[in-house]
Amino acid sequence: MEGLAYLAAGLGAGMAVIGGGYGIGRLADAAMHGTARQPSASNDIRTTMIIAAALIEGVTLFAEVVCILLAFK
Amino acid sequence: MVAEHASEAANMGQQVGHMILHHITNGSEMELPWVTDVTHKVHLPHIPAFEVLGVTIDMSITRHVVMMLLAAFLLILMAVLIRRKIALVPKGFTSMVESFVLFIRDDVAKTTMGAEAARRYTPYLCTTFFFILTCNLLGLVPYGATATSNVSVTAALAFMSFLMIQGAGMRKMGVFGYFKHLIPPGVPWWLAPVMFVVELMGVFAKPFALCIRLFANMVAGHVVILSLIGLIFVMSVWVFPVSVGFGVFMYLLEIFVALLQAYIFTMLTSLFIGLLVVGEH
Repeated sequence: MEGLAYLAAGLGAGMAVIGGGYGIGRLADAAMHGTARQPSASNDIRTTMIIAAALIEGVTLFAEVVCILLAFK
Repeated sequence: MVAEHASEAANMGQQVGHMILHHITNGSEMELPWVTDVTHKVHLPHIPAFEVLGVTIDMSITRHVVMMLLAAFLLILMAVLIRRKIALVPKGFTSMVESFVLFIRDDVAKTTMGAEAARRYTPYLCTTFFFILTCNLLGLVPYGATATSNVSVTAALAFMSFLMIQGAGMRKMGVFGYFKHLIPPGVPWWLAPVMFVVELMGVFAKPFALCIRLFANMVAGHVVILSLIGLIFVMSVWVFPVSVGFGVFMYLLEIFVALLQAYIFTMLTSLFIGLLVVGEH
């Protein structure tokens, strides 16, 4: 039955990465479009993009922490 | 024969797991760079736990505590070295530190809080930024451990930020005014209690997110590198080009993540303080 915990940890980590990767990909897409439309705003867009990426990644890492707890207990 | 191979690999996997855990978690022993015999570790002092109001506090000096003290020492050293050299046009090391401090004052504090609040809160933001940055980078040095990969350390940092944010809000609006502020304006009276509870949860959730974000980022980087190295032991030894190559790449990425996470922590703290002091538009 302990094998189920490992299975859950692996599946959870994978699915968390799907969500996070898709979200950050969409974000990068919007950032590219914005920079293409107005190259002079690229600095502001870059800063906002990095902040948003870190926030999204924070949510992904919540799930990863839960998975690590599952795998090690 | 396949069964033997499998059980051997499983055994090796367990040992690799132990090695990873040993490198990530806190411990009471440290290895020193100039002691080449790996079995000779420095046993750090163990101060017996004492009880305060029913809570057991264990103040023994562990690896992460040593790393935090080292970070504090390095920052004080940096400040002392710079004192004499503050001039109108600095050069060298002073200039580098000044560029960081100006970056925090202008791009982080002034854009989120406005000029006058920035003057009051920039010292705390600089302290946070430099301390987290130093702790993160110390973990990447050989024989170093990342203090911020300990959830207690990041929880303490997030708690300090929590106190600063609430203090800033209460200073600006008064204690009672701050609680009134939690209910958004233009909300029908029967919805107000629900909104109050939701906003209160938000007040606690934001520093919690700061804590977990920093902790998970730091742990994840180390775990990936150690797993890649451990892969050499679990599989055959000939995966080493892939392992070492990816490991170096992850190391560089970790340096970037160390800087980025310090910046994000500081920026979000500043943002939350700014939201309370300046108000949303």
